[in-house]
Amino acid sequence: MSQEGVLQGGGAVADDEHHHGPDKGILRWVYTTNHKDIGTMYLLLALGSLLIGGCMAFVIRAELFQPGLQLVDPNFFNQMTTMHGLIMVFGAIMPAFVGLANWLIPMMIGAPDMALPRINNWSFWLLPFAFTMLLSTFFMDGGAPNFGWTFYAPLSTTYAPPSVTFFIFAIHIMGISSVMGAVNVIVTIFNMRAPGMTFMKMPLFVWTWLITAFLLIAVMPVLAGVVTMMLMDIHFGASFFDAAGGGDPVLFQHVFWFFGHPEVYIMILPAFGIVSHIISTFSRKPLFGYTSMVFATSSIAILSFIVWAHHMFTVGIPLVGELFFMYSTMLIAVPTGVKVFNWVTTMFRGSMTFETPMLFSIAFVVLFTIGGLSGLMLAVAPADFQYHDTYFVVAHFHYVLVPGALFSILAAVYYWLPKWCGRMYNEALGKWHFWLSFIGVNLTFFPMHFVGLAGMPRRIPDYALQFADFNAIVSVGAVVFGLSQLLFIYNVWRTTLGQKGVKASDLVWDQPVGLEWTALPSPVPYHTFQTPPKVD
Amino acid sequence: MNTPRYYVPQRSHWPILGAFAVFLTLFSMASIIHENSHSQVSMFSVATAVVAGFLMLYMLFGWFSEVVNEGLRGLNSEQLKRSFRISMGWFIFSEVMFFAGFFGALFYARTFSVPWIGGEGAKGVSGMLWQGFSAHWPLMKTPDMTQFQGPMGIIDAWKLPFINTVLLIASSFTLTFAHHHLRSENKAKTLFWLKITLLLGAAFLVVQVAEYGHAINDLNLTVSSGIYGSTFYMLTGFHGAHVTLGAIMIFVMYRRVDNGHFTPDDHFGFEAAAWYWHFVDVVWLMLFTFVYVL
Repeated sequence: MSQEGVLQGGGAVADDEHHHGPDKGILRWVYTTNHKDIGTMYLLLALGSLLIGGCMAFVIRAELFQPGLQLVDPNFFNQMTTMHGLIMVFGAIMPAFVGLANWLIPMMIGAPDMALPRINNWSFWLLPFAFTMLLSTFFMDGGAPNFGWTFYAPLSTTYAPPSVTFFIFAIHIMGISSVMGAVNVIVTIFNMRAPGMTFMKMPLFVWTWLITAFLLIAVMPVLAGVVTMMLMDIHFGASFFDAAGGGDPVLFQHVFWFFGHPEVYIMILPAFGIVSHIISTFSRKPLFGYTSMVFATSSIAILSFIVWAHHMFTVGIPLVGELFFMYSTMLIAVPTGVKVFNWVTTMFRGSMTFETPMLFSIAFVVLFTIGGLSGLMLAVAPADFQYHDTYFVVAHFHYVLVPGALFSILAAVYYWLPKWCGRMYNEALGKWHFWLSFIGVNLTFFPMHFVGLAGMPRRIPDYALQFADFNAIVSVGAVVFGLSQLLFIYNVWRTTLGQKGVKASDLVWDQPVGLEWTALPSPVPYHTFQTPPKVD
Repeated sequence: MNTPRYYVPQRSHWPILGAFAVFLTLFSMASIIHENSHSQVSMFSVATAVVAGFLMLYMLFGWFSEVVNEGLRGLNSEQLKRSFRISMGWFIFSEVMFFAGFFGALFYARTFSVPWIGGEGAKGVSGMLWQGFSAHWPLMKTPDMTQFQGPMGIIDAWKLPFINTVLLIASSFTLTFAHHHLRSENKAKTLFWLKITLLLGAAFLVVQVAEYGHAINDLNLTVSSGIYGSTFYMLTGFHGAHVTLGAIMIFVMYRRVDNGHFTPDDHFGFEAAAWYWHFVDVVWLMLFTFVYVL
């Protein structure tokens, strides 16, 4: 499949064969091979998914505002939790990072574009089709998938709504898109670096994406495998996940989490890269411990393949398995601690200023660390028997994904937007957006720790009375957090399409490091580098 | 100073067509499978699948032709050729991981789930579900024989599968002969060995189909005869599909050699097909060992 690709790097072709500017109209976007156009489309898709998935979260929080069943029936509630998870993971966070990769990697390594521009466009355009297919399940008999985003068998096989078949094929399309996109990133990084851009000079965002792409290629095919086994069980009488035929529902969990745990790091490693850039810039110091960052990221990626069963402590795995996966999971705290230490040390005695990207990045370090520490609590197998499937888990993974991954994406957009479009966003609005998000996110997810420890189960539309106060607070926080994102959309819209805001200088910030600042004007020309830049 | 100028890619209509073709193909497949289980397969779904199939072929043919023609016009730089090679390598790695998932399922069933259902291990509860079930591999008697009727026998590794092993290993050698002749610019011999490779590949598929016929008709070994049948068909079925794809690639390379597309030092298409073929071969050796022999 990877034979397709496109031409670049040669000097043989005459200049007038080049397209020097974007084409007019919709076809520019449909036929484009330009990494910035494709990056923009990825980011818009992610934003659209964020809004759709956010509306589903609103439905969940509205139902949980008070105990009792008032707004939706339990089956629809299950569809909401399922689709919220799927849309946010596969539709919002992952495409947003791919969009940033598209925009930034060629600029950062001094390349003209991605290595395989046509494959790049294909990877993107598969996604709108995949999500159309996934969302169309709402209108099918029996409704959308209702078995949780982890789609455990037999909920997703024996007891699944008929629309599960379309869910399976939608996952297949997303998988093709991810694998092709990841191959493109790896080839771009391996083969398109400007002369002198050695591996250990690469910006950390490029490093973290290289490792992320490796994880994607390693585990997305396993996801394709597990949904294919589901398909065989559902329609062709296979018994992979049915003990009556010698299979095992637990096998589903093993295969799913062999994909699922690296997937978690796919959603956080690029964030590590982003905040490393931003913290260094606004501390006006070089990043502390660049080399250790590279090695820490690599170790996290390697460890991610041998920790998956910590999601399954209560399912009944052998004691030796519990111990192995408990200790291997705890090991991850070491490289992660190295990273947090490096970020803090970068800020130490720096001349710090607190522009919006920096605020989001500092919040990232603090709140992601909270999420990491609750992860460490969950890693303790005997303690996990208490926490498992409670709101404590929900609090944990939302802390790493919302003020973790999502905050880093927001920070990245604020940080690089002036470079992309040549204008500064509105700083006051940005600060409002940050503080409302910061308050909203903690109001939403922090009380979940308490109700979780007190035993409130996740994915249930009703709850015992003693959880009522905290749940009301959580719902209010969700509204604050959700609505404050409109400020972000308005800010980006007025800066880009609205053409408001002061013109950005080429450096944009105070002495930032990286080719995208030093070797390119703001806004970046449609074609990034016509000749290889000089790398010192 | 001599600074090479980067080439800037042109826009293309193939990707969007490709995305639509993949969507239509998978959507119609999902519809057919869905309708087959819940009502009756509609003419509409079948028609969509046919249209999607043609669209897919048109897209693949058109897109690949364009890439091939760009190569023939000498537009591909050394850098781009390197990109192609690296990406083919990683694509094959993704295929390795696809099979790894199914092998993982096989090993899990053999080592853990089947013995556990038979009552082994510290948990011990599963022995209560199906009393009298004893764990063996291959699993001839499933825990619930009314729901999943076990097979009456399994394929003898040293008959048809062994023949297939010989065929496929031989085909890897003949493909390498073809490659050597391509390098020494002996077109007739290249074509000859490619033809032999294709014949061996086709023979493999014929034997595989015969083996399936024997398994289904004589041994009652189907995908629904318990975990043995499930893993057996999943692994051999996807392997067979990959052999088919590899054979199509080699057929295309046969045509391209015939049309003089390749030079001794520039024949990436050929190499990619060869890598793929060797990959499929290695998967078969794993299959032969773990599915048939052990």
